[in-house]
Amino acid sequence: MEFFIISMLNGLSYGLLLFMLSSGLTLIFSMMGVLNFAHASFYMLGAYIGYSISRFTGFWPALILAPLVVGVLGALFERVFLRRVHKFGHVPELLITFGMSYVIIELVQLVWGRITLEFKPPESLQGPVFTLVNDGVKGISLLWGAAPADVCSAADAAVRVVCSPFPATRGFMMLVALVMLGAVWLMLTRTRIGLVIQASLTHPEAVQSLGHNVPRVFMLVFGAGSALAGLAGVIGGSTFLTEPAMAAAVGSVIFVVVVVGGLGSLSGAFLASILIGVLQTFAVAMDHSLVSLAQQWGLSLGPASLDNSYLKLTLAQVAPILPYLFLVLILIFRPRGLLGKREG
Amino acid sequence: MNTHYEYKPANVGRWLIWTLFALVLAGVPHIFTSGLGTTVLTQMGIAIIACLSYNILLGQGGMLSFGHAVYTGLGAFLTMHALNRIGDGLPLPVSLLPLVGGLAGIGFAVLFGYVSTRKSGTTFAMITLGLGELVFALSLMIPEFFGGEGGVSGNRVVGPVRAGISFGPPLQVYYLIAIYTFLSVAAMFAFTRTPLGRMLNAVRDNPERVEFVGYNTRMVRYIAFILAGFFAGIAGGLGALNFEIVTAEVVGTARSGAYLLFTFLGGATFFFGPIIGGILMVLAFVLLSEFTKAWLLYLGLIFIFMVMYAPGGIASLIMMNLRLAKYGRLRQIWVSYLGLGVCALVILTGAAVLIEMVYHLQLGSAVGPQLLFLGIPFNAGDMNSWFGSVFVMLTGLGLFELLRRQYLREWSDIQERIEEDTKGQDLL
Amino acid sequence: MSQTAANFSLELKDLRKSFGKTEIIRGVSLAVRPGERIGIIGPNGAGKSTLFNLISGRFAPSSGQVLLNGQRIDGQQPYEINRAGLSRSFQITHVFPKLSVFENLRCGLLWSMGYKYSFWKFLVDLKDANERTLELMSMIKLDKKRDMLAANLTYSEQRALEIGITIAGGAPVILLDEPTAGMSRSESRDFVRLIKEVTVGKTLLTVEHDMGVVFGLADKIAVVVYGEVIDFDLPENVRANPRVQEAYLGSTVADAQSGGH
Repeated sequence: MEFFIISMLNGLSYGLLLFMLSSGLTLIFSMMGVLNFAHASFYMLGAYIGYSISRFTGFWPALILAPLVVGVLGALFERVFLRRVHKFGHVPELLITFGMSYVIIELVQLVWGRITLEFKPPESLQGPVFTLVNDGVKGISLLWGAAPADVCSAADAAVRVVCSPFPATRGFMMLVALVMLGAVWLMLTRTRIGLVIQASLTHPEAVQSLGHNVPRVFMLVFGAGSALAGLAGVIGGSTFLTEPAMAAAVGSVIFVVVVVGGLGSLSGAFLASILIGVLQTFAVAMDHSLVSLAQQWGLSLGPASLDNSYLKLTLAQVAPILPYLFLVLILIFRPRGLLGKREG
Repeated sequence: MNTHYEYKPANVGRWLIWTLFALVLAGVPHIFTSGLGTTVLTQMGIAIIACLSYNILLGQGGMLSFGHAVYTGLGAFLTMHALNRIGDGLPLPVSLLPLVGGLAGIGFAVLFGYVSTRKSGTTFAMITLGLGELVFALSLMIPEFFGGEGGVSGNRVVGPVRAGISFGPPLQVYYLIAIYTFLSVAAMFAFTRTPLGRMLNAVRDNPERVEFVGYNTRMVRYIAFILAGFFAGIAGGLGALNFEIVTAEVVGTARSGAYLLFTFLGGATFFFGPIIGGILMVLAFVLLSEFTKAWLLYLGLIFIFMVMYAPGGIASLIMMNLRLAKYGRLRQIWVSYLGLGVCALVILTGAAVLIEMVYHLQLGSAVGPQLLFLGIPFNAGDMNSWFGSVFVMLTGLGLFELLRRQYLREWSDIQERIEEDTKGQDLL
Repeated sequence: MSQTAANFSLELKDLRKSFGKTEIIRGVSLAVRPGERIGIIGPNGAGKSTLFNLISGRFAPSSGQVLLNGQRIDGQQPYEINRAGLSRSFQITHVFPKLSVFENLRCGLLWSMGYKYSFWKFLVDLKDANERTLELMSMIKLDKKRDMLAANLTYSEQRALEIGITIAGGAPVILLDEPTAGMSRSESRDFVRLIKEVTVGKTLLTVEHDMGVVFGLADKIAVVVYGEVIDFDLPENVRANPRVQEAYLGSTVADAQSGGH
């Protein structure tokens, strides 16, 4: 039971991280029609810059500064490179972000090296935020912080006590994601600039003829989207690993998320992120395969079946392909995505 | 540039070009006779087929695929398995094995293409990306087919030896691949001159209009996708024979990205562009990577530069200047080219020194801050070296920008003159 | 003599289309005989282009029927409808910009000549297709621009090419959506002459804003206002209809009476 709760929370936190990333991607796409291939590399940049800043100032200032730096870089990229190919159409725009992703990843490795960096979360976030203690006798109870050792190992050998900690970093991830999303939603719906952005999403020429500086709005949105990615990077980098492969690890998944959710739909991206996040997390934790399931249910299998590598595949081993499988299924049965409004 | 150019050489020229192509394919291994030379040429032949097959989608059909390596890679795997079965008595000559790859390409294109071609544009690109990742992730899960970490290896020297051809020596492999290259290039060129080939272009230009002249756009794309898969599979099969080992990375996203990058670099808007792209791809992977560790970075930067200033690729640059030469206007502008070229070299040198110094600091700090670049000693610890290279680079950038504007003025001037001369009768 | 369905080239029966909650086409019924030339007029936003989109298959109707030579075509894909014998042009020029004039026209007729998805024949060897394309080119007077890329043509030339592609396949029913859009008075006049020449013997429906064009070209006029056909009659009768005059606030119809031919 506690396994379920903790896994669910882990899945939600991963899903929210995915949403932090895919929301920026969706905003940029809705606004400019550009699917930003370099988005995952901005995520990576956020982690690395956050790491460097945190070495001077500690974690908390880095959490604010790194996304800002990444945001400025993103805005610059839009202004200098993207804008110039805008007139060539959508394919060159996609291609230039594609090229940029290569360049950023290589530059990061150039400056910071190819080894994994130790980007540690701050003291206050190390350790669990709460621990679920499942005492075979007394049931499940919740203890804030880490459970002391004597609670986790029962005096009586016959009683099985399982302690499941929920890491503070994960909790923080969820908190930041929700706060940030709330802020973005408020800004989009309650402020003047938000209204301009919403209008530019569908009718950029009309907005421009009303006197608003649409190119500047584009630059702002691109910068903001990149800053979001950078923020996700700081959190992701400190919770997971900060290494050159981190962009690739998350890059394709967020594209799956935006397509599955429906290109251009923020709520679709949210739904898809949570679904995929939870699915992945649960799958990775499950060590069952068809063979082990059959054995659990008491079915007897011949030696050929026991040896069949397909049947022996555990869910954990299959986990990496699940998002892509999901993508293919959605495209067959519901091509416009879960909540997509337009045919992409 | 906002007008489109087309330049068609005369038909006699066409026969000449194909004969020349065949002669070059036949004769070039005798110019580069070293072992490295032969293997590079062999890989170029394979890359040419792969990039041309990719361009059926990109340049001819307007379909941006991020997962083309799936078809070359799966073709390679199936060919390798067939090769190993020959040892067990499969009555297939080694020389026909790449066709097995081609059939594999068709099969998988039929399967995956059904899902992929349902959509177009950005969604299509994302689907191909997802499928590519799917196949790559699968490769780790199915060791019987994908061979796990070590991949699948085989021996191409198997089966009866006919006329002394065992495909053991690299030269024999080269000629086998050269034949396939010539035939594939000819076939893909012929395709551009068929009804389906032309309708594919129409789909690229205006997919909606195509529906209103009686064609099912989706079907046009699907069939083209399958044809591209066929040739991709052949390229994969040839690769399997050449390297005698196939590992999971042949279906990976890095490989797909390389096809996209180099096909675009070579030029997607002309038929021969991907040929240039394939040649460059092999040169970059085999030679450039030996020259400097920062080669991927340079590649990315060149790619961005091309997207911004020459989206038609190298082929379009060649054709535009050939057109100038046709009207005798090339001599007016070659001075500009010289200037631009020199500036570009200066920028490159400055940037390269910077990059190499950073790399050196990153990786080689044990050997001290001195490094040799192009035979010149630099000291990565000395601020002079840093300032010097930054200065050189910035100067080069500034001069380049100035010369570029001058060049653009001269270019449009020449274009106007050509228009006047031909009174718009030209293939403008 | 009774009018059976097969006597009509094109028939619309209580056609309706809603986008979300807004009903754009509100029950249009129309019957067009073979060879008739129908002009479709109406104020901006009346739904004329939407009607064309419904007939040609760009959108599926919410309800109602569209019959081509007695066969239902509503809900079919555009290419199925085209193969059944209906072809349309667009208000915003829809040509193939990177193909030459010759290629553009040839693409318009490849399917109807039976070449379909073939990739085992060479285009240069298709004598009948190439000859027909040459005929079309001289019909729309673009034979001097044979190899010019469509993107480099002038606006009127592109409009002419648009018509060329539309009639290339030989479809008996032709829909032209504002063919003279963006043209000057004199250009429109010449263009209408061209349209008359190239659509001889075909059933023609034209959406137009230019009253002069319509009154000179059409045998009958359908007036569409707010998604309904408020009149479908001979030009003189439509001109005199007070409801039509009211819909146009009188001025443009009077204009046509004096300026049209």
